[in-house]
Amino acid sequence: MSKRIDVKDLNVYYGDFLAVEDVTINIEAKSVTAFIGPSGCGKSTFLRTLNRMHEVIPGARVEGEVMLDGDNLYGPGVDPVTVRSQIGMVFQRPNPFPTMSIRDNVLAGVKLNNKKISKGEADVLVERSLKGANLWNEVKDRLEKPGSGLSGGQQQRLCIARAIAVEPQVILMDEPCSALDPISTLAIEDLINELKDQYTVVIVTHNMQQAARVSDRTAFFNIAGTGKPGKLIEVGDTHTIFSNPTQKATEDYVSGRFG
Amino acid sequence: MTATTLTSTQGAGRAGDKIFSGAALAAGCLILAVLFGVALFLVVQAIPALTAPSAEIQGGEGFFAYIWPIVIGTLIAAVIALVIATPIAIGVALFISHFAPRRLAAGLGYVVDLLAAIPSVIYGAWGAAFLAKEISPAYNWLAANMGWLPIFQGPASATGKTILTAGIVLSVMVLPIITSLSREIFLQTPKLHEEAALALGATRWEMIKMSVLPFARPGIISAVMLGLGRALGETMAVALVLSSGALTASLIQSGNQTIAAEIALNFPEASGLKVSTLVAAGLVLFIITLAVNMVARWIISRHKEFSGAN
Repeated sequence: MSKRIDVKDLNVYYGDFLAVEDVTINIEAKSVTAFIGPSGCGKSTFLRTLNRMHEVIPGARVEGEVMLDGDNLYGPGVDPVTVRSQIGMVFQRPNPFPTMSIRDNVLAGVKLNNKKISKGEADVLVERSLKGANLWNEVKDRLEKPGSGLSGGQQQRLCIARAIAVEPQVILMDEPCSALDPISTLAIEDLINELKDQYTVVIVTHNMQQAARVSDRTAFFNIAGTGKPGKLIEVGDTHTIFSNPTQKATEDYVSGRFG
Repeated sequence: MTATTLTSTQGAGRAGDKIFSGAALAAGCLILAVLFGVALFLVVQAIPALTAPSAEIQGGEGFFAYIWPIVIGTLIAAVIALVIATPIAIGVALFISHFAPRRLAAGLGYVVDLLAAIPSVIYGAWGAAFLAKEISPAYNWLAANMGWLPIFQGPASATGKTILTAGIVLSVMVLPIITSLSREIFLQTPKLHEEAALALGATRWEMIKMSVLPFARPGIISAVMLGLGRALGETMAVALVLSSGALTASLIQSGNQTIAAEIALNFPEASGLKVSTLVAAGLVLFIITLAVNMVARWIISRHKEFSGAN
């Protein structure tokens, strides 16, 4: 239930503006890869190109290849809807559907494309997904209550439950803890550690300690200045990136000298 | 020293605050006073008609016998208008907000808003002089093929000036109201929720069903209720289009009447008790509109827990 992603020579444009330039990176299956770098360096933009969510932004387009176990996401005839059902995403701010109950939120993705699911199967799936997101014990008595009534951290775990309910190959996380308090953040980080047994996880984070705690591999993005495109500077084992990077810019960033 | 600086806060800003809160309070009270004044006028003027002996009221059978056919007529015309206009309006609004390319969307939104700028007398003239004539073959067909339904019972009106024609004209008139309000609501759907749906692998239509429509539901209801208010109270178009008469079940025969058109057509020549009767009819219309709005608010508040507001 997890696939690797290989990106080759990827450029991302907003209209005529080159936002991210020439990224080549291999993301291993069943591992956690963290993207770090200063604000505006294109790491979130790049993350969105991994499940074609950048297409929601008017004018955004890419050149290059993103291979999911050998299948090009940008090949002719590839439907972005299918891509997104295989590569799930968790966003910066928790976004459960406010009009749905907790249970319906978990089932939201499963019920798409006119798929029918029996009540028994649905119950099993809801329990499994919520347990997978470490949320089951907190919400099992109020599954019919609205998801928006939960705390921020619980809402974010609900969103993760919703993402894993469709059994994706890859889960992308765009700064999933930036709107959460330290306790909730810890809960999410523990969860990410468990998720990598089954899924390929890619996480964008501003927090270098977080990258060091949760990821197996780390990619450092940087930007030369405003108006210049973001670039992938270096990627490697998290331990190496933080203790013995090959690039000066990476060393300056992880040691806190800038950014 | 500190005490004086803390207590002496008389500046221009302070005075501005007072003026603003006074003005806001006055405006709020004014609305209540106007509403109360209108209601009081209606009740006082209506009392003679409500208390008069039955034989003196138009029709000779009392106020209730006079009013209920035109209440039903009003509701029929308004319901026809909403049944036609609501789905079209939501479709157009969704097209403008989520499907059309940006340039086309702006142009189309402008055209829809222009529909609202056409005076109702023009709609009335168009309905009476053009639509009624063009649509009467369709009524004949309905009478011949669907005549077993009471609402399409023949013989169809030869002029086409029926309550169904009036309803269709009303639907065109309420269309821009419902469309532009719905469009504004659709555009306000949080990007966050739209992206949540898309990231799960929703198609565009599924995304709309999952995030846009639930978010917009209270707004759509308000928009429809505003449209209903317009349809209930619309006078000129109905007065021109409808060849009025007694209450009939068939929508394609001449007959039926609405309260607003009844008042407009009879008021200029009315005197004495007749005026009072018409004002009482106005009071009934006022109560219907009030009730409709209260029901709408109740529907919206029933789902507050699940609304996007919290």
